[in-house]
Amino acid sequence: MSLKIEEVQHIAKLAKLDLSDEVLARYREQLSDILAHIEKLNELDTSGISPMANAVRGASPLRADETRPSLPTEKLLQNAPDAEDGQFKVPAVFGEKKK
Amino acid sequence: MKLLEELQDGKTTSRAATETCVARARALDSTLHAFLHLDKSAPERASQRDTSSLPLAGLPIAVKDVLMVEGMPATCGSKILEGFMPPFTATAVKKLQDAGAIVIGKTNTDEFAMGSSTENSAYVTTRNPWNTDRVPGGSSGGSAAAVAAGIVPAALGTDTGGSIRQPASYCGISGIKPTYGRVSRYGLAAYGSSLDSVGVLGRSVDDLVPLFEQMVGKDPLDATTVNPPDIRVSVPSDGTINGIKIGVPAEYFVTGIQAEVEGRVREAIGMLETLGAEIIPINLPHTEYALPVYYILAPAEASANLARYDGIRYTPRESEKSLEDVYRQTRGKRFGAEVERRIMLGTYALSAGYYDAYYGQAQKVRTLIRRDFEKAFERVDAIAAPIAPTTAFEVGKHGDDPISMYLEDIFTLPANLAGVPGLAIPVGFDGDKMPVGMQLMGAPFSEENLFAIGRSYQGATDWHEMKPEIAK
Repeated sequence: MSLKIEEVQHIAKLAKLDLSDEVLARYREQLSDILAHIEKLNELDTSGISPMANAVRGASPLRADETRPSLPTEKLLQNAPDAEDGQFKVPAVFGEKKK
Repeated sequence: MKLLEELQDGKTTSRAATETCVARARALDSTLHAFLHLDKSAPERASQRDTSSLPLAGLPIAVKDVLMVEGMPATCGSKILEGFMPPFTATAVKKLQDAGAIVIGKTNTDEFAMGSSTENSAYVTTRNPWNTDRVPGGSSGGSAAAVAAGIVPAALGTDTGGSIRQPASYCGISGIKPTYGRVSRYGLAAYGSSLDSVGVLGRSVDDLVPLFEQMVGKDPLDATTVNPPDIRVSVPSDGTINGIKIGVPAEYFVTGIQAEVEGRVREAIGMLETLGAEIIPINLPHTEYALPVYYILAPAEASANLARYDGIRYTPRESEKSLEDVYRQTRGKRFGAEVERRIMLGTYALSAGYYDAYYGQAQKVRTLIRRDFEKAFERVDAIAAPIAPTTAFEVGKHGDDPISMYLEDIFTLPANLAGVPGLAIPVGFDGDKMPVGMQLMGAPFSEENLFAIGRSYQGATDWHEMKPEIAK
């Protein structure tokens, strides 16, 4: 299993990671090695086996849909790099320059 | 627990005990680097509250830095949370505080608990109290080192693929990774949500139990927690394990395991037999698939969980140019290499065209691994096995070679995938005087059985009383 550099660039884009060419090249090698190990899973015939999504046993009970107090806005905004009028503030979403 | 008894009997006060712990931390931490944050005002906090009649009676403890404690910074060992002050406290910590525990500080961890040595911490590498050229294990390496060095009597850790049991083993102490769903994950920075569990590290089993008992139970803030439907206490708690069936899985004694590790674990199993247990050879046939399953599922879950670190809600932010730049630069500059690798691996495994081949197949093999355990627990009360193939390795040994580091976890991953509890206990030393540990795994919600077996072993041996020079 060997990833192409274009694939690694695509994954970094999906994961929203800005990485240098040097780092991408290193990850290409390391991720390819890890995926080669993971190929081992294909040895097993899993037809008819149901997937296990989590370790909870039995059905998850539903909770009542009731309102309850949440943390105050000021507390939740205390770590924000930028905030205004009780809201998180970000650079403009629309009208970004095409790269 | 000795200190807890002294606090309950009024032989010492919470303030005095907390002062001692903080003083020891200050004296030793320039060598060990177990703490990312030490609260020097903890003794004063201890004196402000009368905890003497509470179950934990003002007991000082430390908490791994992936768990939120209001009033203390939480970095998760990452630069992406530099300066972050959590606005709430994790349920597990809150329950201990309500029971009278005093948190003295936050312990070092591999970044977002991804690692086996604390070398992936963005801040500092913790040193093993038995030999400061060696790692303490990880990711709960700060907590393990703090307990082994006698700074605190017990500390909280988390275990997603072995992160409580492996550092406990490397540092010669005890640790419990509870059944998935037994302890709330609310307030734990999520890594692999279907695998994460919050547990305790302490010198002996007796040090773990008082904290464990306070932490367990259903929490409305974590929908996966349950009050155990059927706690299976088949082992008497009076210290005898006569007729208790202990399985020994052949797959955990494989080529590549350090001879002294195998030797000490087999001796410990021999001791359990001397104490009356029936030793039964068993098979867990899918053990060798645990590593590839884990390295699909955990990174897949991590890639989703760590999407929240976007430069908007948490300190800090890189770039103000555009929203896309805020995301990409904050994450690219602030995450460390191992976190980036796992995010990318998970993103790839979940991406269009690969989902069924990787994520789908891994989930099916996970079912097979769980069935191995279910079958085994029809025959035995507990399973005894090594925790790691080696004792603590030297700082820097695995360098930038992720796979060789991942191999340290091959014996601990299966319990997380199956969701079963695992108890780590020290069982001796190798030729370099580095501790060897053994794990006891049990059926879901059978922690009490594991504690009973562990207590019986520790009643007959004194490995849990051994202390490194630095702790004397």
